[in-house]
Amino acid sequence: MRFSALALARGAFSFHGNWPQLWRSPEPKRRYDVAVIGGGGHGLATAYYLAKEHGVRNVAVLEKGWLGGGNTGRNTTVVRSNYFYPESARLYELSLRLYEGLSRELGFNIMLSQRGILTLAHDSHQLKMLARWLNAMHLNGIDGELLGPGEVRQWLPLLNDSPTARYPVKGAVLQRRGGIARHDAVAWGYARAADTLGVDIVQNCEVLGFLREGERVVGIETTRGCIQADKVALAVAGHSGVLAAKAGFRLPVTSYALQAFVTEPVKPALSCVAVSMATGAYVSQSDKGELVVGGSLDLYPSYAQRGNLPTLQAVVAGLLELFPCFSRLRMLRQWAGIVDVVHDSSPIIDHAPVKGMYLNCGWGTGGFKAIPGGGLVFAHLIATGRPHPAAEAFTLRRFASGALIDEGAAAGISH
Amino acid sequence: MRMSAHRLESGGRIDRGRPLAFAFDGRRYEGFAGDTLASALLANGVRILGRSFKLHRPRGILGAWGEEPNAIVQIGTGETTVPNLKATQVELAEALEARSVNCWPSARSDVFAFLKMFGPLMPAGFYYKTFKWPSWHWFEPTVRRAAGLGVAPTGADPDRYEERHEHCDVLVVGAGPAGLAAALAATRAGARTVLADDRPVLGGALQWEEKTVDERPALEWVGEVEGELRAASNARVLTRTTAFGCYDHHLVALAERFGEQTARPIRERLWHVRAEQVVLATGAIERQLVFPDNDVPGVMLASAARNYAVQYAVRPGRRAVLVTSTDSGYDAAESLKPRGIAIEAIVDTRMDPGEVAARARRAGFAVRAGYVPVRVHGTRAVRAIDIQPLAETLRAHSTGSLLRLECDLVCVSGGWTPSVHLFSQARGQLRYDAERAAFVPGSGPKGFQCAGSAAGQFALRECLTDGFAAGRKAAKATGARSDAGISPIAAPERTAVAPFWAAPRHDHRKAWVDLQNDVTRADLELAARENLRSVEHVKRYTTTGMAVDQGKTSNMNALGILSDLTKTPIPQIGTTTFRPPYDPVTLGTLAARHVGPLYRPLRRTPLDSQHSDQGACFEDFGGWRRAAWYTSHGQSREECIRAEKRAARGAVSLFDGSPLGKIEVRGPDAAVFLNRMYCNSMKTLPVGRVRYGIMLSEHGVILDDGVCLRLAEDHFLVSTTSGGADRIFSGFEEWLQCEWPDLRVLATNVTCAWGNIAIAGPRARELLSLLSTDVDLDPKAFPHLSVRCGRLENVPARIARVGFTGELSFEINVAAGYTAALWERLLERGAPLGVRPIGIEALQDLRTEKGYLHVGTDTDGRTLPTDIGMGEALAKKSEDFVGRRSLERAEAKRPDRLQLVGLSADDPGTVLPVGAHVVADPKARLGSQGYVTSSCMSEALGRTVALGLVQGGRSRHGESVAIYCNGRLWPAHIVSPQWYDPKGERLNA
Amino acid sequence: MLRISCPWCGPRDEPEFRWGGEVPVLRPGPPEAVSDSAWAQYLFVRDNPKGWVRERWVHAFGCRQWLIVVRNTVTHEIRATARLTEPLPEVTP
Repeated sequence: MRFSALALARGAFSFHGNWPQLWRSPEPKRRYDVAVIGGGGHGLATAYYLAKEHGVRNVAVLEKGWLGGGNTGRNTTVVRSNYFYPESARLYELSLRLYEGLSRELGFNIMLSQRGILTLAHDSHQLKMLARWLNAMHLNGIDGELLGPGEVRQWLPLLNDSPTARYPVKGAVLQRRGGIARHDAVAWGYARAADTLGVDIVQNCEVLGFLREGERVVGIETTRGCIQADKVALAVAGHSGVLAAKAGFRLPVTSYALQAFVTEPVKPALSCVAVSMATGAYVSQSDKGELVVGGSLDLYPSYAQRGNLPTLQAVVAGLLELFPCFSRLRMLRQWAGIVDVVHDSSPIIDHAPVKGMYLNCGWGTGGFKAIPGGGLVFAHLIATGRPHPAAEAFTLRRFASGALIDEGAAAGISH
Repeated sequence: MRMSAHRLESGGRIDRGRPLAFAFDGRRYEGFAGDTLASALLANGVRILGRSFKLHRPRGILGAWGEEPNAIVQIGTGETTVPNLKATQVELAEALEARSVNCWPSARSDVFAFLKMFGPLMPAGFYYKTFKWPSWHWFEPTVRRAAGLGVAPTGADPDRYEERHEHCDVLVVGAGPAGLAAALAATRAGARTVLADDRPVLGGALQWEEKTVDERPALEWVGEVEGELRAASNARVLTRTTAFGCYDHHLVALAERFGEQTARPIRERLWHVRAEQVVLATGAIERQLVFPDNDVPGVMLASAARNYAVQYAVRPGRRAVLVTSTDSGYDAAESLKPRGIAIEAIVDTRMDPGEVAARARRAGFAVRAGYVPVRVHGTRAVRAIDIQPLAETLRAHSTGSLLRLECDLVCVSGGWTPSVHLFSQARGQLRYDAERAAFVPGSGPKGFQCAGSAAGQFALRECLTDGFAAGRKAAKATGARSDAGISPIAAPERTAVAPFWAAPRHDHRKAWVDLQNDVTRADLELAARENLRSVEHVKRYTTTGMAVDQGKTSNMNALGILSDLTKTPIPQIGTTTFRPPYDPVTLGTLAARHVGPLYRPLRRTPLDSQHSDQGACFEDFGGWRRAAWYTSHGQSREECIRAEKRAARGAVSLFDGSPLGKIEVRGPDAAVFLNRMYCNSMKTLPVGRVRYGIMLSEHGVILDDGVCLRLAEDHFLVSTTSGGADRIFSGFEEWLQCEWPDLRVLATNVTCAWGNIAIAGPRARELLSLLSTDVDLDPKAFPHLSVRCGRLENVPARIARVGFTGELSFEINVAAGYTAALWERLLERGAPLGVRPIGIEALQDLRTEKGYLHVGTDTDGRTLPTDIGMGEALAKKSEDFVGRRSLERAEAKRPDRLQLVGLSADDPGTVLPVGAHVVADPKARLGSQGYVTSSCMSEALGRTVALGLVQGGRSRHGESVAIYCNGRLWPAHIVSPQWYDPKGERLNA
Repeated sequence: MLRISCPWCGPRDEPEFRWGGEVPVLRPGPPEAVSDSAWAQYLFVRDNPKGWVRERWVHAFGCRQWLIVVRNTVTHEIRATARLTEPLPEVTP
């Protein structure tokens, strides 16, 4: 059924009794051409583009819990493509462009809100870094503007204006096309569209191990039985290391908890996304009115999807340094996602060390914004066996050769 | 002033001697000390306190504490306003100003009420299905304005928050009967006990349940226990303190409030309580019943109605119908009736309620067993309720045996949901108990117990014995050995419940599940129809349980309805995982003292006040408050910096280098160790000499640089960049302890123990010789790159001939406490020589025109030593060092790596902007070949100079390039950066 | 918030410590005998287990000694701490 205002009006007459399922809940088949492990944004988008771009429709997405329940449903929903290195810029810009057409492509409103993202500099050194970064963006063909303190204040009137502020704002880089999107809708929209193209989305299906023939992976042993697959694709973010271990290899990945929280909803108080280079805090306001706040990783590896108190306190203190007026708002929910951090904070989209298996991991704290692009390039790799032109640099080999793509190293602006 | 028409003439635990005037939505009312805002408004007959989030339906008070979904208010004005408080939790105070939220002009008459007409177009998740064309951006501003509840303050919070750490044996959360009994047992047993409760008074439900403990009124018992606990030296009682989160290793976070309006030094306090044993006596919350029109103001939890009547002496209505699916619901009738609230009927959804109904009938109540509510009359207030036998309702559109009961209050009791949030946060497993129709604590984490109704023990008798036993057990587990005595007791009660998740669908009247977010049973049906069946999907799709009350009265109903819809047993649907906080927590409380000047305080050098006196403009450099330049009256920033540079080049300058890292490295293996830490050789450094060195990470990347001074065969002083001191020192320790424990080396960070003053300029030696010293300053005896230890002005000093300006310079290290005196003496003696203090800005320009790089400015996180011309020094070194193997990788050998070069703008007056790039394709303005890292106007050279990292730059000297910055282009040339004094004559003077 | 028992100072709160990575990780050498892939293993590749792990921490705001911690990455339970000079505690899942 096509979703539209008209369909809603028609629905109203039947008391919304006629809406079909957004996706099926099929029993898994015995065999698939491709089995994608991980029913988050990346896994679902991969399945969708396999079916749509490459005509590979005998595809299953296997999800341990409920689809979109990992980092896709546990992030701060920021989208942007303001990257320093051309390799990154190309991939994330591809992703942002896909985001820009996604609601209509999927027929599902993902509420992409390109409200602008401001990265704030607080001293002269950071200002110079911002300039280096902005010019790199321009030379990568990405939009970006340098704002002075006065312009920043027009965007963020509630910023700390105390003359004794520890981190006075000296300037900012603005990417107008950056913003936020509704995270659940991205997962649901891809799931619905993939399902329509014949993809089986199998929830509550945990991978126990891999079936092998010699060197090659030929299937998956799951809690819902054994599933043969010509190709097995991993898109499991923080759990990449766990599945790699089941398949008998190790990855340059460490899993950390990245926490975030929302406040109680208030009337519009913040029109854009703000990121501080000094405090590490970033904040936006959801359409519902909640301030969505994130910050740094917890300081040691973890698979517990919960935040700890010291990191939360540090993030809140950083937020209040920027916006002292938010001090009386109250935190409503706190959560954490398990992110797969690699040394250069750039993804790995490559063949796995085991034949028949493909890897999409290493997105670290920035996976949400990369969902459409990540899915597209991963589907390309799986279908053709060759890397997508926008993802050639994101190999496993780079760790041995040293050709890392370290955004944080270049301009001090990472994730 | 209006009369409080609904206030009972007597009773209640309010202080009638202390009337308080307050305002709500601009109208003035009066209440009493001890009231909440909700009870005072009810006493004044105010029934509509809020509007729902989506449809702006009028809503009244449902609960009496943190479970309240409807009565959300904004308190105060200006910078101290607080949005989104629950009126049920706001303690009344004199001159309290409260407003309803998300409506205009008031909750009574809200112009947005028309939105409810669009209800049929706005089922769950409607926004996913529409607003796609032409783009969400067309609709978003309107949606955003319509969303949100209260209004955030726009001024900085003037209040103060604090935090405390507490270590105790037993923490008891909740001071209802179970918690009090637990705290009593633990305290008597001798355990160090903390009891915390989120209400202003102890006792929990005993405040309004009119029960008996140990054969006397329960409140008497509460008073005695409170007295005993407050008097005990091993107990601490915290009221108005919400335990909001259980974190790792038994850390429970509490937020203590000190009231909104009263004069107080701090507003809230965060407690980090590390308890060996935790007893969670957090009670249970009554559930709403889901039936058509159950959101009309006047529908109230039975426990809340009772609470208002007994504790606050407020009549929440005059004629009440009690709808219940539990035995405990009957208790409300017994409390309300003697207070002049007529009980029209007790409607029990159960076919055969048994003894409890029989007893109620004997007491004169009309009991309608097996009836269900099918409609509520009235939109702004309950006028009547229609009930019908369940069997009839199950027949479609049947109006058989419909009974209309006139009333202005509908008390609902849908059973009790234990507050297991904290238990779940502590990783406790929950178990569905069908008999209690609730999730109860299952296997628990070590050291956590639930007691009383939090554990599903809903009768007072069991609460007391359970709580007491839990307290005693917890104390015993911590080694407390005293006799706790015997448990208080109470009479047995009946607490049976038959789950009634929702009235059968009668017609298309809306039955509300989540009141604040306007989620109806039909929305849950829609979610299930669309195959959103996981509880998390339903929650996210319909937003049920996502409001500021976090679904405390509604989540179980949603689960039950979902279970019925999907024919899946409740335990299989599962409950969502509980995450902190249990109740919303003020951000200021979480930040505590780490705000304003105490948020990452800047470090100050020993010369901070001297800099102030000399008019320094301070800036943050690597966490230090340092002088960027010194103001001079009537001169601009640029003029001042120019004058400083002139002093250094033409006379003599003083620079405060105290933040420079100083690490002493001593021991027989010190030279071996440092040889491994630096990428260039340090083993060969003679005693008394100084060498510039670079340290790498294991990735081969330049981590830090600085000079290394050899003071003795086994004694080095390593200097680092000011931002790098802690990191480098920590690294030394890690390598020494973890990798090379065999090396006999001790490293000590002495950065703050020593001050550092750099004297630079052609007259530097002249200035130094005006001071008394035993160090021979003659250039032959004390050449460039050497160090001497001696006395200066009779103070022990380490003097090194090193510098960052390219001039003759001496860096003097003296004990931090002597630095200021030395600085002043140098200024005083040097006045005739034209001495001048210089700041970071001048120093940066001086070193740029000398072609010296600054790590972190002219290198980035990818720069290797070979990229900055250290290739030769590396080649000479045969031993391993940190990062060496990384330099052998293919990437390190690429000819197109970014390498440090000089950049010379073709127009000698153009200062190339730092951060500008060498553009690969100037026409298309695409592609970067590197960037400008440092840049300045050099008065000494009479032109501008710049340093940059450029692709393959070291082999491109002389090449012309285009420099791009923010839309502009400049022509420039790649050059060698050895502009100033290339032969080093000034340096070696 | 973790509570880590420093073998020298006793139990202390998490903010006093800094995490330093999984152990054991052996630094391969001499450099000329180490392959690119062995060096990459040393620099980047870790077990990253979901469950018990041995790691080193430093009591940075205390005695500044490094120590071994046996920690569960799911529950954050700490089973043992030890000095570097003691034998490495065993981990069994």
